[in-house]
Amino acid sequence: MTGVLVAARRDVSAYLNSMWGYVIVAAVLLLDGILFNAFALTDTPRYSADVLRDFFYFSFGTTAIASILLTMRSFAEERQTGTMVLLDAAPLSDVQIVLGKFLAAMAVLAVLTLGTAYMPALVGVNGKVSFGQVFAGYLGLLLVGAACTAVGIFASSVARNQVFAAVLGAAIVVFLLTTWMLSRVSDPPLKEILAYMSLFDKHFRGFMNGRIEVQSVVYYGTLSYVFLMLSTRVLALRRWR
Amino acid sequence: MLEVQGLTRYYGRFRALDDVSFRIDTHQVVGLLGLNGAGKSTTLRVLAGLLMPSAGTVRIEGTDATFAPNELRRRIGFLPEHPPLYDEMRVTEFLAWCGRMKGMTRAEVARRLPEVLEVCALGSVRDDVIGVLSHGYRKRVGIAQAIVHRPALVLLDEPVSGLDPHQIVGMRQTVRSLGREATVIVSSHILSEVEQTCDRILVLDEGRLVADGTEEELASRFGAGRRVQVEVRGDETAVRRALAGVEAVRDVETAPAGDGLVQADVSMETDAREAVVAALVGAGLGVRRVEEGTHELERIFLRLTAEEAAEPSQAKEAHP
Repeated sequence: MTGVLVAARRDVSAYLNSMWGYVIVAAVLLLDGILFNAFALTDTPRYSADVLRDFFYFSFGTTAIASILLTMRSFAEERQTGTMVLLDAAPLSDVQIVLGKFLAAMAVLAVLTLGTAYMPALVGVNGKVSFGQVFAGYLGLLLVGAACTAVGIFASSVARNQVFAAVLGAAIVVFLLTTWMLSRVSDPPLKEILAYMSLFDKHFRGFMNGRIEVQSVVYYGTLSYVFLMLSTRVLALRRWR
Repeated sequence: MLEVQGLTRYYGRFRALDDVSFRIDTHQVVGLLGLNGAGKSTTLRVLAGLLMPSAGTVRIEGTDATFAPNELRRRIGFLPEHPPLYDEMRVTEFLAWCGRMKGMTRAEVARRLPEVLEVCALGSVRDDVIGVLSHGYRKRVGIAQAIVHRPALVLLDEPVSGLDPHQIVGMRQTVRSLGREATVIVSSHILSEVEQTCDRILVLDEGRLVADGTEEELASRFGAGRRVQVEVRGDETAVRRALAGVEAVRDVETAPAGDGLVQADVSMETDAREAVVAALVGAGLGVRRVEEGTHELERIFLRLTAEEAAEPSQAKEAHP
């Protein structure tokens, strides 16, 4: 565990010591705020639960974008600058290296997500906020963030540069977002598989409405595990190439 | 200490290393010499655990690298040709992080850092941001990260490349001092560097080990002589005539050095400096200076690599 934390420490320090981390956090918070103000807070009287649902709906998108942008540098930049040697030559397993990167990105993402808490608080000022819905929504955001972060780390481990890493990561996330549409034009059993794979439609709606569904938690957990595991395989393969 | 047996490494169908075997004892400073593309960096990367060998074994203090890669990495420090540094970190912060990555505790890092800063002459820049350091200091920080965890084996890939003459002298001293606490392998394509810093030389050519030994051993095995420079008062013909009678002398090149002096560059089969001086004095010539001779390592190196280049290359015939 120490190795994972030491590896993560460097990445957290890189986020804090460069403009990149601040720019992403600021841009995503700004976008989230604008969307919340423009679409969730309307002149028409609405139930607080509906406003919160819309807030989590927008936050789903901004969380996915932030995850891809935060992780695009993880391995691609290390490879570009030649510092990957430091990780490769350290007595750490590939799992520890990947987990270190994952933890660092998740720490920044968690801070970002925490930074949006003023919006549900604003709803609470003029309405009645259900703690359960807020908890479920934020849990959902963290789970989506973990899954997209794992996708981003995998893309960064494969890509030769950061831009390609971002494009590949975004492409995988978009594919996972649109599988529900593909499921409509597919036959069983592919239909059910594609429907289950849907990142938003099948699994996030419950969290938005304050429901924590075990199958969705398992889905996001599995997605994170699979892409992190694939990243370790990519690192291992590079030693044999 | 280090035992490499039948090491072979392919990149796709290209055979970068071909059945390389050698042993290195503790606290030796060994030079890995070869032209660009000879396989030096690949050898170091395999030894550092960055690449897995296609065939063969690497053992460090009896531990097989293939089966215990992390154990091996703990005992090795590696400096690639371009130092791997995080520009946004400060020198001590970076070295402390490297030590922790290598498995040291905070207390061990705190004890070790002053020693490393001293060995690598980094005291004056210890709190500087790495991104603003000169190339020479960046190399030094690179070495510091390689030795911070007291590795038994230090691998330095072209440590003097890109350094100015002053920095090169400093780097040589650093490399020699590393030999006191670890076994060191230095790769270089610059002969003089290997001559001046290493106890033993391994010559690689097209992925094959074509020579292995000390400077003396290589000179004797490949028939290289020694060179001595002599400054004599007299004329060139007299100098040539006097040295023609010395059996060990193979060739003499003379040039006027002004003020009635002659500069003679004498090539000998063996170290026959006494006989050379005796012959010159016996011929009535005044010997003003005799400069210590060196082996003609360059000639050996060129011969070894030229012979390999002349042969039809088998190394690139790949059979993965």
